[in-house]
Amino acid sequence: MPKRILIVDDEPNIVISLEFLMKREGFEVSVAGDGDAALRAVEAERPDLVLLDVMLPKRNGFEVCQQIRGNPQLQSVKVIMLTAKGRDTEITKGMALGADGYMTKPFSTRDLVNQVKATLGLA
Amino acid sequence: MLQGWVIVACSIAYLSVLFAIAYIGDKRADQGRSIIANPYIYALSLAVYCTTWTYYGSVGRAASTGIGFLPIYIGPTLVAALWLFVMLKLIRITKTHRITSIADFIASRYGKSQLLGGLVTVVAVIGVVPYISLQLKAVSNSFTILLHYPEIVMPARSAALPVMQDNTLYIALILAAFTILFGTRHLDATERHEGMVAAIAFESLVKLVAFVAVGAFVTFGIYDGPGDIFGRAAQVPRLASLMTFSNDAASYGSWTSLTLLAMLSVMLLPRQFQIGVVENVNENHLRKAIWLFPLYLLAINVFVLPIALGGLLHFPDGSVDADTFVLTLPMAQHQELLALFVYIGGLSAGTGMIIVETIALSTMVCNDLVMPGLLRQRWWPLHQERDLSGLLLAIRRGAIVAILLLGYTYFRAAGEAYALVGIGLISFAAVAQFAPALIGGMFWKGGTQRGAVAGLCAGFALWLYTLLLPSFAKSGWLPVEFLRTGLFGLDLLAPQRLFGLDGMDETTHSLFWSLAANIGAYIWVSLAARPDVVEASQATLFVDVFRHTQSKAGAQFWRGSAQVEDLLPLIGRFLGPARARVAFERYARAHGAPSVDALHADADLVHFAESLLAGAIGAASARVMVSSVVKEEPLGMDEVMNILDEASQVRAYSRQIEQKSRELETATRELRSANARMQELDRLKDDFVSSVTHELRTPLTSIRAFSEILLEDPRTALAERKRFLGIISAESERLTRLVNQVLDMAKIESGKIDWQSAELDLRTVIEQSAAATQALFRDRNVSLALELPDEVPVVRADRDRVMQVMLNLLSNAVKFVQPVTGRVRVKLSVALDGLRVDVIDNGPGIRKDEQILVFEKFRQGGDALTSKPQGTGLGLPISRQIVEHFGGRIWVESEPGKGATFSFTLPIHPERGAKEGVRRTGP
Repeated sequence: MPKRILIVDDEPNIVISLEFLMKREGFEVSVAGDGDAALRAVEAERPDLVLLDVMLPKRNGFEVCQQIRGNPQLQSVKVIMLTAKGRDTEITKGMALGADGYMTKPFSTRDLVNQVKATLGLA
Repeated sequence: MLQGWVIVACSIAYLSVLFAIAYIGDKRADQGRSIIANPYIYALSLAVYCTTWTYYGSVGRAASTGIGFLPIYIGPTLVAALWLFVMLKLIRITKTHRITSIADFIASRYGKSQLLGGLVTVVAVIGVVPYISLQLKAVSNSFTILLHYPEIVMPARSAALPVMQDNTLYIALILAAFTILFGTRHLDATERHEGMVAAIAFESLVKLVAFVAVGAFVTFGIYDGPGDIFGRAAQVPRLASLMTFSNDAASYGSWTSLTLLAMLSVMLLPRQFQIGVVENVNENHLRKAIWLFPLYLLAINVFVLPIALGGLLHFPDGSVDADTFVLTLPMAQHQELLALFVYIGGLSAGTGMIIVETIALSTMVCNDLVMPGLLRQRWWPLHQERDLSGLLLAIRRGAIVAILLLGYTYFRAAGEAYALVGIGLISFAAVAQFAPALIGGMFWKGGTQRGAVAGLCAGFALWLYTLLLPSFAKSGWLPVEFLRTGLFGLDLLAPQRLFGLDGMDETTHSLFWSLAANIGAYIWVSLAARPDVVEASQATLFVDVFRHTQSKAGAQFWRGSAQVEDLLPLIGRFLGPARARVAFERYARAHGAPSVDALHADADLVHFAESLLAGAIGAASARVMVSSVVKEEPLGMDEVMNILDEASQVRAYSRQIEQKSRELETATRELRSANARMQELDRLKDDFVSSVTHELRTPLTSIRAFSEILLEDPRTALAERKRFLGIISAESERLTRLVNQVLDMAKIESGKIDWQSAELDLRTVIEQSAAATQALFRDRNVSLALELPDEVPVVRADRDRVMQVMLNLLSNAVKFVQPVTGRVRVKLSVALDGLRVDVIDNGPGIRKDEQILVFEKFRQGGDALTSKPQGTGLGLPISRQIVEHFGGRIWVESEPGKGATFSFTLPIHPERGAKEGVRRTGP
């Protein structure tokens, strides 16, 4: 059974690229455009992994991550955060909130795919 | 039946009690266990202010003038409020310089001037001796009246009696003896008499209790409470008028002047200065006294009106002198014990005043009149005498006897004459002449000796002419004619309406002229003449008494050489060798010297010796004596000024330092705020960089991702390949636009932009912008309508930049509206502040809280939307910079769901624009 991945980003073109990349690796993909939608989708679909942008409308990526980690039923959900702000503090903050990985935009598609696979224990 | 011997025995017994108290007081003082070291005793002793003039006279005054007796007590009550300011300084100066009397104070302030000391003494003696007579008369009268108990007989004119049968003489002599015992048992370096103070405090208590007792007896014993007395009096028209003010200016004028007189007298009368200043043991007692003393005055005045009215009601025929009501009312009621007590109370009031006043005057006479005179006599072998302390005591004792006999003589001469009755106020007016020199000397360094002498002489002369001589005339000693016609028959010189000044009572009139002349001469002469060296230094020491340290203060103004073996015998001659040795030994111990002989006779020691001597013989004589045994190098005026300058330089430096530290504080504050501003700017810059980075990374992310996808998999389907390449191209454009706008923003903000300025027709700019965005509108299927007037005034601005604003607003509008239904209108109009452009859309609108934010960098609208609008977040901030640069403003009005209107204005070109604007707004 293919792993399911939720892509959360508000940049349509980035969503398109991520969607393409994940599908190419054989994952099942769903998309959310803002923080609230992302939480709803996580609850409803229980994806195996969330690719989570930080700068989101309504509720930012950090909050979404925190909510996911605060819910015991969602312990199995992996989170990889994506951000266009590459400061160390951002990375530290994301990891402290319980993210499983962190990618800085613009990312290497190969690195991203490898990171996703590693996080899911497929590599 | 009160036998004569009973009264005499009681009087002697009472005086003996007083003496016992004084004796104990002195003993305790010698043992260092002072019984007067508390504020209550101090306040009570101040009540020596209340003499028989109060005790008997208030009732008399109230019986003739009603509440006219009150100013004499209101004055001290008012001035007590100022005591922490005036009295405190007076006491501090007096302690610091070991001043012995008010004459000594004034002499010392003005360069230790013997002339001034003598002058003040003469004025005080002339002014106050008659006042002493008044006390003698009151005591003798009360004795005589009581002697006739139960008959009420007014005393015969004393002058009718031979001197040897006149009890007043014996009273005077007995009191002289007591005063000598109280005041001159030994010579004190500080001229303090603790025992006497204790006795005076006791006397104040006795007279208060006696007066209140008789008041209570009259009010509640004879009558039925104050309401009853006032009620009955109100029915007698003559008495009713006593309870109200007479309503004319002169009456208020005399209230004011009497109040002022009393304010001054309570400090300047020799006995008040003695008790309040010289005898004060602790400055802190003043704090309690400023309310205790007024309280005492209140208590002793409460029953004055009831007794006066009661007496007038009781003796309606006027056969009994109102001055004696206090005594005669109990007698008429056959209360012999009360009458005796009242007599003792009156005796208290009289003896208290006489003792203190005589001691104070004798000190002044000795120190400021006799000693300087003797010291100047070359024929007197004074310099050979080994011990002069006996001589000093003898002079003082002689002075006491002389003053009391003088008082008695005046009493015999004046008798019942006017001159004696009105003497209380006349005395007050005499001592009021000390006020300018004394108060001026404490607060004004510019006051000089010549000024003080001139003021005192002028004031005293006018007092003599306008108050004392008329009182003599009214007593029949001078032709009364001279009051009416004036001196030499000149009407202008009439003593009681000098230079035509009329409509005042005589005291007010005299006070006005004498104080005016006194103050005027004091200030004018002081300003005209420079003070000499000693004066200048004394002035500083007095005025700045709270600033200079006690012992060093005087010493810094002295230079010369001296020998201990000269100084010690000198002091010994006046204080007695033993006392002098003790004082020097104490000084030696305090200065860490093993013995007196090891002392180094420096300026400090000379100053110490001089002030020790000043305590005994006054500042002026002390200076003469000390300078006779030391070799003094006179300081030049320059040097004194230097010393004074040093002090003021230190103050100036400290002012400068304060100034500097204030400046530093200001600078620190400014730096701190600048730093905060820098940090804020730094934070803004960080935010900006971070935002720019974010905005750059976003398109780059898409570009990189799709490039890598295409690179890795050449076999991507053609449709997909095309789509991806389209995205790469669009994101590249976005990147380019962003870079351009960031550079624009940077240029504008750093002021490096090259603004063009030309006359613009906004209509063409709008039309061109519409043309440039036509494709955009067509692609999204949004309609664009232009509403442009036929003609508008020109504006001055940069065509390309205004175009940039228009393009920005139009592309924003088209971005936010829905395709197909979206409509955008552009409206151009003439507004108050210039030409106005509105870009109106029917998009989702902007929330109120975001309407200002959209003009800030990277604060794009549309956060509420699920998808992010295309844009850099710099368009509107740049537009705002452009519009504001040309003097216009830009804003947005919107209601969510109802579209948004972005508007901006540009000012009309001043010359042509204004003209055309007028034309356009016409009908």
